[in-house]
Amino acid sequence: MINGTDKILVCCGTSCIANGALDVADALEKELAERGLSGDVSVSVTRTGCSGECEQGPIVRLMPRDLMYYRVGARDAKAIVDSIDGTPVKKLLYRHDGQFFEHMSDNPFYALQHKVVLKDVGVIDPLSLDDYRARGGYEGLKRALTMTPDEIISEVEKSGLRGKGGAGFPTGRKWRSAAGYDEWPKYIVCNGDEGDPGAFMDGSTMEGCPHAVIEGMIIGALAIGAEEGILYIRDEYALARDHIQHAIDDAYEAGILGDSVMGTSHKLHLSIVRGGGAFVCGESTALMASIAGRVGEPRAKYIRSVQRGLFDKPTVLNNVETLASIPAIFRLGGDEYAKLGTGKSKGTKVFAMVGKVKHTGLVEVPMGTTLRTLIYDIGGGIMDDRPFKAIQTGGPSGGCIPESLLDLPVDFDALTEYGAMMGSGGMIVMDDRSCMVEVARYYVDFLCEESCGKCTPCREGLRQMRAILTDICEGRGREGDIELLERIGRTMQDASLCALGRTAPNPVLTTIRFFRDEYEAHISRKECPAGVCPDLTRFAIDAQACTGCGMCSRVCPADAIAGELKAAHAIDPDKCIACGSCREACRFDAVETTRRMPA
Amino acid sequence: MNDANHASKIARIIEAYPADRRFALAAMQDMQHEFNYIPAEGLSALAAYLGCTTAHLYSMATFYKALSLNPKGEHIIKICNGTACHLRGSVNLATEIKRVLGIEPGQTSADGEFSVEYVNCLGSCALAPVMVVDGMYYNKLKVDQISGIIDRYKQEDAARKDAKDGGDDD
Repeated sequence: MINGTDKILVCCGTSCIANGALDVADALEKELAERGLSGDVSVSVTRTGCSGECEQGPIVRLMPRDLMYYRVGARDAKAIVDSIDGTPVKKLLYRHDGQFFEHMSDNPFYALQHKVVLKDVGVIDPLSLDDYRARGGYEGLKRALTMTPDEIISEVEKSGLRGKGGAGFPTGRKWRSAAGYDEWPKYIVCNGDEGDPGAFMDGSTMEGCPHAVIEGMIIGALAIGAEEGILYIRDEYALARDHIQHAIDDAYEAGILGDSVMGTSHKLHLSIVRGGGAFVCGESTALMASIAGRVGEPRAKYIRSVQRGLFDKPTVLNNVETLASIPAIFRLGGDEYAKLGTGKSKGTKVFAMVGKVKHTGLVEVPMGTTLRTLIYDIGGGIMDDRPFKAIQTGGPSGGCIPESLLDLPVDFDALTEYGAMMGSGGMIVMDDRSCMVEVARYYVDFLCEESCGKCTPCREGLRQMRAILTDICEGRGREGDIELLERIGRTMQDASLCALGRTAPNPVLTTIRFFRDEYEAHISRKECPAGVCPDLTRFAIDAQACTGCGMCSRVCPADAIAGELKAAHAIDPDKCIACGSCREACRFDAVETTRRMPA
Repeated sequence: MNDANHASKIARIIEAYPADRRFALAAMQDMQHEFNYIPAEGLSALAAYLGCTTAHLYSMATFYKALSLNPKGEHIIKICNGTACHLRGSVNLATEIKRVLGIEPGQTSADGEFSVEYVNCLGSCALAPVMVVDGMYYNKLKVDQISGIIDRYKQEDAARKDAKDGGDDD
């Protein structure tokens, strides 16, 4: 029965938009209008932020029935509108073992999560202040406004919240030290320069619930006595920037920001600074240099930025997710928040799980959840059920973790013992067709481009590492290369100026530690066991296994595969560029890799 | 574009900001957005406005990836090289583009038609590998689709050029 409470939530996160979600929303609105279901009575379409399971997008959810549809196209609009008070559209439901499931909680991807930061992301219209308020938004701020700065900080300390950008510095302690300096003005800065390749947690949070970030910033400003705040947002995140700007404008209009915060004598002005596309600007001192209109180079931190930060004034810099956790802490209470998580890592963590995992997407779980739960129970396992090889956490500063450590709980401390780290939340899953040497080279190459060049260990260390790793991948590896890489890595860890350089060797050192045999195969046998490095790999078709379906020859960009339909195909080694497209396309595992002797 | 028009555009971008060095990056990003690169005269005009050296702005323009001092092609092909895209074969996309267009990431084709660049993670990892041409996303792209996509842009350009040559008499 349609009675005016029905809502259609269309996920309009970055991935779903790229998959055509806006067309879906338009088609739904058109369909509703044609049936006279728009306007006052009726069904409304809400364009929400990322609902999480990006791989299955665009995602549409009917409320209050809680019907969840996946992989929706504009052509499905009619059937979806029919299903508001009719039978569910079967082909769009979650399917498992031949059964269909209607609700969000039936899908283990969602059922096993615990959403605090992402509570409203994917549910509300990010452009609507009313939507945010209807779900408890700005209640935390109201409570904070009745407290003294000291009480606010104590509440955060009680929650045990630590910086979720990766470093894990206790947020309460940071606020307390900034509050302690008797120098004005002070600044609060939000780090939205999420530069880790393969991570989109902060972008999705800003897109999906911008007011939570703003509310967190206001509470932080109250705690330290700041009257100006800046959000430094990555250049590539146009949608996140638009939504934050929209939310700032709405908050000014509603009297939440400005010369009087919610009718009190507190002032706070917020503005956005666009990042310039430099990874190193995620580092606190580099970020502040960038805001001030200089090249984003870090400085030595003899004096910390809580004392002398932006424009040499006391500054608190918090990451997006940290700030977005603050409203919940004030709504629920610090003690309540601290019940989630492990001994020294409280609360939840948002992860972007990507790579060779079945359900790529945005996931929030309590700290201490094991990698195995994340990958297999929530992520659904490895694509095409191939063997798991490694998971890379913490972005270019993190490490690769092998299968033997999958039962480790993920929090700030457990992974560091193994040379990896939880980091800001990027998780890249790799299967047996991922080459660990090539992955290490990829990260070093990325960091080499992004190193600001100010200090020698980072600048030269990365360059030398890149040269050695490239040699290894291209068949010119020599005995002793592994040991040399380890020595360079240790020097960088000891002697680099900022965290970028000090953590840069982690991908190399952890892959050497856990996958040394792969390095050795490249160096001494000139073989890439994963069949990735083109100079060391040759593809051939197993005539016994080949069914002659022709998939491989259709996807081959070099026209190197020939064969009659339904007869075994063959690859012409002279034409083959070793891209591996045929191996990806073959459903019968008939494409084999063999060693190629480098010329 | 004539010079006066060019100069007035630059002035309009610069004067939208207060004469404070902290807005240098924003003004340069706006120029980049407007012209697809930062013209030399834009750099010197901004330096004069902010009261800093051109060298200071030059150091920023060469440091930040979002800024470029060289004109880019009419169509900008961005290959996402975030980790997820890399693992799912973004390098092969670049190799194929090189085969089709003869240019590598960071280069612009001789006719000024296409620029190719690697970009850092676009945050659409579920759709990896991703390629973006003039803002249009191509998701889960396969190597063999590339030449078709590029041909389409070439054909559209040719059609537009024909229409212009045929219909324009002045």
